Amino acid sequence: MANQATMPPLAETDNHSHDHHESPVVFGFWVYLMTDCVLFGTLFAAFAVLHNQFAGGPTGKEVFELPGVALETGILLLSSITFGFGALNALSHKKGGFLFWLAVTFVLGLSFVGLEIREFTHMIAEGNGPDRSAFLSAFFTLVATHGLHVSTGLIWILVVMFQSLGAQSFTPRFMSKLTCLSLFWHFLDIVWICVFTFVYLLSVV
Amino acid sequence: MSQAPTTVMTNGESGESHGSYASYLIGFVISVVLTAAAFAAVMMHVISPGATVGVIAFLAVVQIVVHMVFFLHMNGSSEQSWNLMAFCFAVACVLIIVGGTLFILHDTSINMMSR
Repeated sequence: MANQATMPPLAETDNHSHDHHESPVVFGFWVYLMTDCVLFGTLFAAFAVLHNQFAGGPTGKEVFELPGVALETGILLLSSITFGFGALNALSHKKGGFLFWLAVTFVLGLSFVGLEIREFTHMIAEGNGPDRSAFLSAFFTLVATHGLHVSTGLIWILVVMFQSLGAQSFTPRFMSKLTCLSLFWHFLDIVWICVFTFVYLLSVV
Repeated sequence: MSQAPTTVMTNGESGESHGSYASYLIGFVISVVLTAAAFAAVMMHVISPGATVGVIAFLAVVQIVVHMVFFLHMNGSSEQSWNLMAFCFAVACVLIIVGGTLFILHDTSINMMSR
């Protein structure tokens, strides 16, 4: 009902592309993602300004362990295609395949968050917590914000899996929710590309 | 909010905007190669630090484009024009924020001799 009122004018003007349009819900979610993009941009800007302010503490070269970061990156990349496979199964109404691939994605995402928490606790235990220097404050703020987003995505994956068990599985409404989650998950992957490049690799060069 | 409509987004002709197994796999393989190249450039120390920074920044930009095309299914089609416009606006904002911050604070720190 409310959907009618929020349709963008676009939907009425181009009718040559069959009748498949991005739904207004998905477009609205896209706009939210773009504000998230600006949020991460500001955190990256803060990190860029503070990445040399060590206050006598350790430098990035001393605290970052690249093999661990490479593993996290691999896990997140893998979770992107497993989610994609899940979405394709949903499109062809294969509930078993959908649940399987989303479960795989969930486990991968959980391992990513687990590795990140292990890295953080390790750093804090060695006295290199966010209170040590401006560099570490900026690092923890940026990377933990990304981790928080991934954790939110994990909860969302569980919710979608649970909903797919009920009567509303694979209805248009369900599919637009799934599309939003898919955008969210792949977007976080893009943010992580910037994190591993401009935070970890650049600090170690 | 009835659940009456049982027609579902079909994969039919509009399949390309949802991707396929092949497109996900292609995107994944390209991403792995680009990621491995970036880590190798930093860990193997074969090129100078300055060049390394340039190389990994370039690889990151390429990988972001690869993700947008293969995973977010962005393209130039008219049904995506609003998405694309919102995206370009966000990117412009981010460039102004990051570039402006670096420009201003670099000058500030030089003039205040904080480094």
